[in-house]
Amino acid sequence: MLLSVENLHVSYGQIKALHGINFHIDEGEIVCIIGANGAGKSTTLRAISRLVPVEKNSRMTYTGLNLLDYSADKVVSELGISHVPEGRRLFGNLTVMENLKLATFARKDNAQIAQDLVRVFAIFPRLKERMTQKAGTLSGGEQQMLAVGRAFMSGRKVMLLDEPSMGLAPLLMMDVFNALKEINAEGTTILLVEQNARLALQFAQRGYVLETGSVVLEGNSDDLLTNPEVKKAYLGG
Amino acid sequence: MTSFLQNIVNALQWGSFYALIALGYSMVYGVLMLFNFAHGDIFMVGAYIGFFVSTGLVALSALGALTLPSWLILTLTIIVAMFLTSFVGMLVERIGYRPLRGAPRASAAITGLMIGIILETGNLALLGAQRVSFPALIESVTYNIGGVFVTNKKVLIVVVSLLLMFALHQFVQRTKWGMAMRAMAVDFVVVPLMGVPLNTIAALTFALGSGLAAAAGILFGVAYPVLDPYMGILFGWKAFVAAILGGRGSILGAALAGFLLGFIEIFVAAIFPSTLRDLIAYSIILLILTFRPHGFFGEAYSAKLRL
Repeated sequence: MLLSVENLHVSYGQIKALHGINFHIDEGEIVCIIGANGAGKSTTLRAISRLVPVEKNSRMTYTGLNLLDYSADKVVSELGISHVPEGRRLFGNLTVMENLKLATFARKDNAQIAQDLVRVFAIFPRLKERMTQKAGTLSGGEQQMLAVGRAFMSGRKVMLLDEPSMGLAPLLMMDVFNALKEINAEGTTILLVEQNARLALQFAQRGYVLETGSVVLEGNSDDLLTNPEVKKAYLGG
Repeated sequence: MTSFLQNIVNALQWGSFYALIALGYSMVYGVLMLFNFAHGDIFMVGAYIGFFVSTGLVALSALGALTLPSWLILTLTIIVAMFLTSFVGMLVERIGYRPLRGAPRASAAITGLMIGIILETGNLALLGAQRVSFPALIESVTYNIGGVFVTNKKVLIVVVSLLLMFALHQFVQRTKWGMAMRAMAVDFVVVPLMGVPLNTIAALTFALGSGLAAAAGILFGVAYPVLDPYMGILFGWKAFVAAILGGRGSILGAALAGFLLGFIEIFVAAIFPSTLRDLIAYSIILLILTFRPHGFFGEAYSAKLRL
């Protein structure tokens, strides 16, 4: 078990977002969390990245280490868990290259950084063409590529992806997901959160279904794809 | 014509003080979305630290323990005081602002005002009410260039200020720390996801701003060698206005607005009775802000502070 989450509770003020969820990811897997808007998917990723405080008795471990001992920046720089946030959240005033470089802020392995940069540009040749352009001027698809590229540069033992398909045309979406498959094949474990359940389940090996802050179903993607409840609620019949 | 040029020379000097202080205001606001209302008092602290460093070096020279030419004493004073004052700035951030990062903005503003008062009255308690005079490190030389009087001190002040501003610009544009500062200005929340420790960048921003304020304090001491604990208040407010006028977080904007402020003040005083100077000068600025509420280079966006 690479990453394990047990009894995760998160509240925003009076509002409970997660009611003690459990899940795990094994090394090299692609796992997805599907669910409706507001089910707590993004909150789950933010909790792992230590961007939101979790309640007492929540347990999150990564290779046996207690995630709660790490601050948000250390989760990335020391544990190698990167996060592609919802809505991409690029630094629009920085160039494409600067966005990628900033992601290596805490890294000291310069030779590896150079190699990783070459790799990112090989996966997303568009980014190389736009290297000196401000990230804010990129198209939606390019922005998502940069968001993934940035995560790749920051740490890539595990990549947490929050709605990477959002706002992308089908073709671009396939580009991004094919790139993610490639990144996964090279050893990055992926936890994907998606509203587009069909896409997510086709991409992932296993899935969890989140409903109003609780895991209501889990299983292999193939089983979930044929599950009548999932079909009815998330796959449009 | 000569009086016009003379006013320009004077405006450049005053503008240098405003610009250097405004940069610290603007950077902290840009990166951390808070106005450090104690910043004017950091300028005062910087001037006093400069006073102690230079007085100490002069005394050592007089005793024969050191043989330093006075230009070197001034250079050392600027470097050492900038360095020490940057720690004061980091301390202010650590104790005053960091615990309030999630708190309403008003809390930080109130804290800033309180820190300012603590620095002023702390100085008063430690050193007493009498003013101190900054040692005369360089002998004043006046050049007459076609009827315009330029002193070596004015040249020094403007040149050193411009050099520091250039250095800051290079730092912010070319280093990874500068890059992190620029990133924080647009999306505070996501920066840690890049592996960047927010607290380090916050401390660095305060350190840079405070160092520049210290440089302004020493340059002020060179031109007007009388320091008092409240000298930072008016400078602080004026530099704050310059930071607003320049646009949120814009380094170029803050620098230009600082100089513009100097120009407006000097030229208003040249035309109108000097008692009306600030009234007219700041009415002009109010008018500019009416038409450009985000300042010269400010954009109508607000930094993302939430998920």
